[in-house]
Amino acid sequence: MTWQDTDVPALRRRAERRYKMGRFGTYTVAILFAFLAVFPFSWALISMFKQSNDLYVKDNNPFWFNEVPTLEHLRLLFVDTNYLTFIRNTLVVGLAVTLITLALALPVAYALARLRLRWGERMGIAIFLVYLIPPTLLFIPMTRVINYLGLQESLWALIVVYPTITIPISSWLLMGFFKGIPMDLEEQAMVDGHSRIGAIRRVVLPLMFPGIIAVIVFAFTLSAHEFIYALAFNKSSAVKTIATGVPTELVRGDVFFWQSLQGAVILIAVPIALVFNAFLDRFISGFTMGAVKG
Amino acid sequence: MTTTTAARKRYLSDNPRFLAGLFMSPAVIYIIALVGFPFVLAIIYSFTNISTGNPELDFVGFETFRRVLADPVFREALWNTFLFAVMANLLVVVLATALAEVLIKDFKGKWLVRFLVLLPWVAPVSLATITWLWTLDSIFSPIDWVLRELGLITENVYWLGRPGSAMGSVIAVQVWRIVPLAAVIVMAGLIAIPSEINDAAAVDGASSWRKRFQVTIPLLAPIIAVAVLFGVILSISDMSVVYVLTRGGPTNSTQVLSTWAFIKGIEGGALGQGAAVALFLLPVLIGITAVVLRLARRREVL
Repeated sequence: MTWQDTDVPALRRRAERRYKMGRFGTYTVAILFAFLAVFPFSWALISMFKQSNDLYVKDNNPFWFNEVPTLEHLRLLFVDTNYLTFIRNTLVVGLAVTLITLALALPVAYALARLRLRWGERMGIAIFLVYLIPPTLLFIPMTRVINYLGLQESLWALIVVYPTITIPISSWLLMGFFKGIPMDLEEQAMVDGHSRIGAIRRVVLPLMFPGIIAVIVFAFTLSAHEFIYALAFNKSSAVKTIATGVPTELVRGDVFFWQSLQGAVILIAVPIALVFNAFLDRFISGFTMGAVKG
Repeated sequence: MTTTTAARKRYLSDNPRFLAGLFMSPAVIYIIALVGFPFVLAIIYSFTNISTGNPELDFVGFETFRRVLADPVFREALWNTFLFAVMANLLVVVLATALAEVLIKDFKGKWLVRFLVLLPWVAPVSLATITWLWTLDSIFSPIDWVLRELGLITENVYWLGRPGSAMGSVIAVQVWRIVPLAAVIVMAGLIAIPSEINDAAAVDGASSWRKRFQVTIPLLAPIIAVAVLFGVILSISDMSVVYVLTRGGPTNSTQVLSTWAFIKGIEGGALGQGAAVALFLLPVLIGITAVVLRLARRREVL
């Protein structure tokens, strides 16, 4: 067969058909994944506005308001439960953890990225390996350490322990940002008579702004996500975070306050998800140790 | 602040060695005190019979391990952990690769799809799991309602109430939660494949399936390995999904090492035994660490 024999219109039709089928496939898979990902959240979203005599009827259509929607369960959540306390605790812990993380991880990242240490690379990998030690392995002795320090049943327990999770990942992340700032800038500042620390403060840190913002987001969201330590250290409701408070407190005996519970989840999960989502790519590249070049 | 002088002053902090020590020691001390020390304690505890009632460190040799091993619940938890991690990660690899292939394409509404599919990962895990606890409710589950309306079942499934479906459910929820993370990792790998390679394969007449299995997936293997590493670590060490959904029940049929360590050590107060149970995760973690180190050494291939 030579090229003269080729039926061009037929080939074009075939290519077009292929393209259309490809588009169709893409949309189908995308919509299917989105549906599966969102399904329990959408059920939660509907539930939180349902009246009890609608929700707790087995044969009612669960995806429809068979009775008028109500805000009663949200009112209950804010007035009759410690939800606001949990949110406040989460914010306090998140803020303190973020400050500690920045104070400790920024210098480490700078030293590893800039000071050309002989053991620098090994140190960097060691820090990353700390990230692989899961809380599951540590929470039992950690409980004793926290008791020994007298921090149990207080937000301090979480403020002291969470940086062990956030420092390793943040150091890696910041290291990448430091490497992205040209060395010449601070060398010039040093030639101009600044000490190294002066050069860092005046020239390098302002350029680190995006990295610092990323670390703030991660330290905050990781603190809000953490479950095991919070469950092990703090059992009184005044010092619970949203991650432990919502699942353990909005249940009385065996009775779940399902609507309020789902409301509590939606109101917190969606804002956190929005913020985290915006920074996810950076997080992943830090998370995978820069193994992913994207 | 300093004034500019013709001959630059020397500062102690300009010495890189001194500065390195100054910069690294706070974090290193912090990590040694709050990760290294508890880690050593975890090993020491597992050789004692320490409990909340008896906080003395009485060494009993391997007695604690013997007691842990003799417990049939522990053996069930060990097997469940294995099953849970393997099944979840097999599914994660397949689904995450499929999702990543879609997410690198351009289509209308992509940002919305991206936001939605990432929700399970970016929402706090215990809260995200609560929505599943309600979705799989024994009486009011909307899934059961749909199945009843379709006439596929007459009685509710009791997803979390029977051993088999409970295990299936916790695996499914774990997969649901990890797939977004794995997909984003794989996506970064897909983007990094030069388009010439795909074009060359197409010119050589490879069909799209052949391209996928003989070109794309072999090139993606290292990055998929990275995704699996994190998937495995999350599955064996993060107890949130199992704890919130079933607490290891019904009758320990979904008990995994992490929940069992928590229930024994924290809720039951047997700190030594809890620590010993958790230590069984260590060989797996060391294996994973070795793989990560090897990947780190040949990072240029990724």
